[in-house]
Amino acid sequence: MKRSTNKQTREVNWAATILLVIGCLTIFFPLYMAVIIAFKQPSEMTNDIAGALSFPAQWSFSNFAEAMRVTDFWNSLGNSVMITGITVVLAIVIHSLAGYAVGRSMKSSKFYSFVYLYIVSGMFVPFAILMMPVVKETAALGIANRVGVIILYTVFFMPLNLMLYKGYLTNIPIALEEAARVDGATTWKTYWSIVFPIMKPMHATVAVLTAMSAWNDVMTSLVIMSGTGVNTLPLAQLNFQTQFGTNYNLAFASYLLALLPILLFYIVCQKQILNGVVNGAVK
Amino acid sequence: MKLSRGAQDRKRTFLLITIPVVILFFLFNTLPLIQGFIYSFTNFKGYGSYDWVGLRNYRDLFTDARVGKSYLFTFKYALAGTVITNVISLILALGLNSKIKGKSVLRGIYFIPNVLGGLVVGYIFSFIFTYILPAVGQNLGIEWLSSSMLSSTGKAWMAIVVVGCWQAIAMNTIIYISGLQTVPEDVYEAGSIDGVYGWKKFWSLTFPLIVPFFSINMVLSMKNFLMVFDQVMALTKGGPSQSTESISYLIYNNGMSGGQFGFQSANAVLFFVVIVAISVFQLIVTGKKEEQL
Repeated sequence: MKRSTNKQTREVNWAATILLVIGCLTIFFPLYMAVIIAFKQPSEMTNDIAGALSFPAQWSFSNFAEAMRVTDFWNSLGNSVMITGITVVLAIVIHSLAGYAVGRSMKSSKFYSFVYLYIVSGMFVPFAILMMPVVKETAALGIANRVGVIILYTVFFMPLNLMLYKGYLTNIPIALEEAARVDGATTWKTYWSIVFPIMKPMHATVAVLTAMSAWNDVMTSLVIMSGTGVNTLPLAQLNFQTQFGTNYNLAFASYLLALLPILLFYIVCQKQILNGVVNGAVK
Repeated sequence: MKLSRGAQDRKRTFLLITIPVVILFFLFNTLPLIQGFIYSFTNFKGYGSYDWVGLRNYRDLFTDARVGKSYLFTFKYALAGTVITNVISLILALGLNSKIKGKSVLRGIYFIPNVLGGLVVGYIFSFIFTYILPAVGQNLGIEWLSSSMLSSTGKAWMAIVVVGCWQAIAMNTIIYISGLQTVPEDVYEAGSIDGVYGWKKFWSLTFPLIVPFFSINMVLSMKNFLMVFDQVMALTKGGPSQSTESISYLIYNNGMSGGQFGFQSANAVLFFVVIVAISVFQLIVTGKKEEQL
């Protein structure tokens, strides 16, 4: 009996492999369709399925060029990159510092335990309840723009990131810091020279999670930056819907352009992203 | 006792870090939360002057047909989405964790939907529901599919479930896989000696060991589905005839531009309470289950 199990575990499960490969069609079909439509001309869009799924007569990038012009692609891309990039940097600096201060003091101090619970419980606050007041608040402070969006992201992602950093620190022995202290280094200096570098794996997780949430978020930038004419990449798709009209070829070219950066990012950093997502959810 | 200089420096540095962070968090999370709570007792339109109305907004919430409809849709959506997502994710994870060829490539592919933005994915699926599926339905003579799901008050919500699941499954699958990897190989070997296979093996051996991951997934997906916004925005904008208006979408739509700032603030407070209650309930229930096992 035992031998047969071992043999079973060594053999490739072809049935599962084949089913899973077929299942990939559900992932690829919408993307395939998007690519096909984006390369076609409106005149090729017949009303049957072939109109959407057969290869275009000619692979031309004209829709993409037009979509870039209509949606002001480079500016939207620039805004998305800027907002996401600065948010990630702020998250790594501020959230890791907070995680350090809180994580190292929680055991001995009620105050820090309270701070930790206070911030982490922010995870349960849905954006819907903050939405209307933060619009007023950012307008009053004169930051109803990219700056405001970045500050809000830094605050909204704080609960999860603080939890992650604090959790990671509990596994790092305090001895190294104490040795540095005996040598006369200040806490601030010890942090940057010893603790911050040790937390590198957690920085990667936080960077990935923060980047994906900030990049794909629509709601925050929608309510804060509405009417400013400044778009992020997803926001541009929303705001230019009416201009696409029934020209699906132009619309899909634009959608693909919006998806491309994050897809490339995923292909390059797949391992870190999968690790980051699992760490973020399970820890 | 006087603290050593090093310990004092440590204490001071920690305070200097923590205080600005707490202030920042208070200003952009707690303060707006309090403000929302205060607005919920007013008839504020979002502009101009307003009066205190006491609990009237809260009373009106329970008689407002549109609010009731949005809760009904959101819960129907979240329940269907959570169940479908977790069933499919678990099956996928079992497959992706078995002895298959090209394991890492397949895992990578099945995660793609999660990295894509909900809004753009919604737009792409919108085309599928509007043109592709009706064409398929007409060709195959399936009456049910032959008109666009998105324009039917009875079917539009299912379309949103499909898109929501398409994205959520990716995430839950990865979490289940990491759960399955914690199941030690000898558990299976012991099971096969006892002649436990297939379905029975899954329920009596595998599943109890991944219950913690099951709870994470239930809580995560329920919370995310309850807050649905992007997919509604992209697919239906709440239509047809408000049949797919999610709570978040209603608060956004009527609160931001519909002159119901005060009333929708009350709705948001209620929504907040509901989310907290459900999350706490789920954690208690799944926590108990874990103890039992």
